[in-house]
Amino acid sequence: MSADTRRQKAERIRHLLDTEGDAVHENTQVFNEGRYESTANLDDYDELKNEARAIKEDAIERLPELVDQVTEAVEANGGSVYVADDAADANRYIEEVVDGRDVVKSKSMTSEEIEVNESLEARDGDVWETDLAEFVLQVADEAPSHIVAPAIHKSREEIAALFNEVFDPEEPLETAEELTRFAREYLGEKILDAEVGMTGANFVTADTGTLALVTSEGNARKCVQATDTHVAVAGVEKLVPSVEDLQPFVELIGRSGTGQDITSYISLFTPPSDSPTFGGNELESGDDREFHLVLIDNGRMEMREDDQLRETLYCIRCSACANSCANFQHVGGHAFGGETYSGGIATGWEAGVHGEDSAAEFNDLCTGCSRCVNQCPVNIDIPWINTVVRDRINRGEDGDFDFLVEGLTPDEEPGGVDLQKRLFGNFDTLAKLGSAFAPLSNWAARTGPARSLLERTLGVDSRRELPEFERESLVEWFEKRGPHVGRDEARRQVALYPDAYTNYVRTERGKAAVRVLEALDIRVDVPPAGESGRAPLSQGMVSTAQSNADAVYDALAPAIAAGHDVVVIEPSDLAMFHREYERLLPEDDYAALHEQSYELMEYVYGLLENGGDIDVLPGGDDERIAYHSHCQQRTLDLEPYTVAVLEDCGFDVTTSDVECCGMAGSFGYKSEYYELSVDVGETLVDEFTTEDTADRTVVASGTSCLEQLDALLTRRPAHPVRLLDTQ
Amino acid sequence: MSAEPIATFESSLDEVGVELVRTTADEFASTLSPLLDAPTVGTSLPFETVSLPDSVETDPSIADLEAAATGVTAAGYGIADYGSVIIQGGTDGEEPVSLYADEHVAVVAASDVLPDMDATFDQLAEDIRNGVGQSIIATGPSATADMGSLVTGAHGPMDVTVVLLEDK
Repeated sequence: MSADTRRQKAERIRHLLDTEGDAVHENTQVFNEGRYESTANLDDYDELKNEARAIKEDAIERLPELVDQVTEAVEANGGSVYVADDAADANRYIEEVVDGRDVVKSKSMTSEEIEVNESLEARDGDVWETDLAEFVLQVADEAPSHIVAPAIHKSREEIAALFNEVFDPEEPLETAEELTRFAREYLGEKILDAEVGMTGANFVTADTGTLALVTSEGNARKCVQATDTHVAVAGVEKLVPSVEDLQPFVELIGRSGTGQDITSYISLFTPPSDSPTFGGNELESGDDREFHLVLIDNGRMEMREDDQLRETLYCIRCSACANSCANFQHVGGHAFGGETYSGGIATGWEAGVHGEDSAAEFNDLCTGCSRCVNQCPVNIDIPWINTVVRDRINRGEDGDFDFLVEGLTPDEEPGGVDLQKRLFGNFDTLAKLGSAFAPLSNWAARTGPARSLLERTLGVDSRRELPEFERESLVEWFEKRGPHVGRDEARRQVALYPDAYTNYVRTERGKAAVRVLEALDIRVDVPPAGESGRAPLSQGMVSTAQSNADAVYDALAPAIAAGHDVVVIEPSDLAMFHREYERLLPEDDYAALHEQSYELMEYVYGLLENGGDIDVLPGGDDERIAYHSHCQQRTLDLEPYTVAVLEDCGFDVTTSDVECCGMAGSFGYKSEYYELSVDVGETLVDEFTTEDTADRTVVASGTSCLEQLDALLTRRPAHPVRLLDTQ
Repeated sequence: MSAEPIATFESSLDEVGVELVRTTADEFASTLSPLLDAPTVGTSLPFETVSLPDSVETDPSIADLEAAATGVTAAGYGIADYGSVIIQGGTDGEEPVSLYADEHVAVVAASDVLPDMDATFDQLAEDIRNGVGQSIIATGPSATADMGSLVTGAHGPMDVTVVLLEDK
């Protein structure tokens, strides 16, 4: 990416932060909190998710068979099914059916994917969006910024100004109620006049040809009831085998999306409907209604064959991955989206239906923080899809300037990977060199010309302080020092994993970890295991990540074989061991490392619970602490251990509840994303500068979180283990 | 039907802003009448013991539907866990009558209140296979947050009342 492209990207993001950021943030927060609350009320949330996942896996596996089955069912009911290869094919069929008549539509992202409105309008017919948000966008001529609430970026004031300008009502519209009444009446007439009703479908049951539509306004019901012809547009992946299969989805979709237990209307239509339709002034028999189900392939059958993208087809478009994403919450779908879809899973959809170029536009906004993973109602590993697509995008680029970094980047990647990505992806090498030449390297890196060169060539934002490398690494320090607990007196033996940051930059937390574990009678070793692969993985460099993973496993294997525990300070590296290594290591190796590895404070908690003497640790004496857990740590449900240990030691702890600090490894260093990163970080800062928190000591588990807090707060934050260290 | 699902039904309805009015066949007429704001449109009820008053227009024109203050229909089922009613529209016009009036009054028999979504989908699957073309699981009034804050009564009714017929 050139310096100019980075600058344009930064400008675009800055513009969206200024114009749409506040509205998007406010609305996504409501959805996000609503989801946590509503899903917590479900006794069998995980069970429902597993059930939904299993149904989707089965349906996609048997998709060709289900297409045949639904065709038979719909035709037996008196309707037609058309399977369209692509957008053009679908539009050609729909144009023939519509035949110049007026169309009223309910909300359908799939219809936006094929751009059916444009295609129909080119043929003289009127097309009206009757979902109120889609109507606003139609009037404003804008694209959706969210897959469920498409006008989420617009405030009431902006909508009022728009309507007053375009429709010039006798009394200017002002309140949400006035705007809603106006739109209802305006669209009511369009519904009355139209002859064709077009809907999407959230689900289609193969056994009976039933459409399930999840809505709240009632416009989809009206579009079907008031017209003579019903056209339903749905991706082929919307098929589920039977009516009974709808149950878990109906219980999950509203909760996962807008945080409602259920939306106002779940319509189960098995068309053609026999409800009376509108004639001139009277209701007349609906017996002659026509029904057309248009199933869209448009790349989906290829996604089905693709081992990495297949999971995308399980997506039920609930928007949980968007609402739980810190970057999305701040910038919205106009930046965090492609041609049609937005949010975390959009990378999969865009890569599959519109191609990698569309995904490349926004794919880097997924930082892999993993907050969406537990929120997805069908358990899609959304960060992994983003990583894989990033890897494919990397491989597709030209590699003219590779010689510049070739020597510095001993990675496994082919030519063509963006220089900035290779720099951050090879952090281990960089840190090793930085440490070897410290403090000279730190001084050199701080100089104006060096920073300006870094920004110009590699897009390392000069407003960020660079990490300062320690001359003596943690491993070197420990080699000289040796263990202080003898084998005979040790309760357990631990291999403390020296992640690259702890090893070369934040050695103090590594030393504190060694001393705290030793105080609890643990014999500690610090084996020279390299970078976990997190750094290259976050740049989409999967092969490099895999070779790092292999090397880390080799370095830890003797400890694992001896039955020692592996303790990890950096949560993003523990998350590698527990999540991504499943895809990178042989099954048995992954299982052994997963089984035997712990987050540092989780491990201390376990020691104290099993007879460890808490009195050897310093007492907290009611010291007031503000603790920010790490995003990936929270995904693994490991936040409570740190809080419990600190509280047991006598600290007074309050915690943040933002999804992510916004730094996310290298993300906040990149000049094109610096301002977004700071905007996300400011939300965390707001939580830590309230009346209750402003004077608290700040601790955070992740390196990135510490860097971000250090940059944005005047208090210097530290890793929580430092509170337990007597030195 | 034991009392427990009905109690759950009532509290779930309350959470979604819907009033539950209990009645029996004997008291049905006197219970219903104060709930119907004129003009009222409706569809005939499928229960043998009760019927709609003559003031209800059961063969409405489009203008009648749009002008209606109240639309009264039967609901095929209730769902206790969610406070939902299921409108099974057919040739009589349950769909437009429940959709166009400002308020929807849904009459459901206590014996048709199902406990949860599992039981509901077993029942609906059977109904669909028996030819029921349309079932709307309706929970609370129609609503939108698209215009800047939550508004009830988007394209559909802004109020819903459920009349529970305890002895169908």
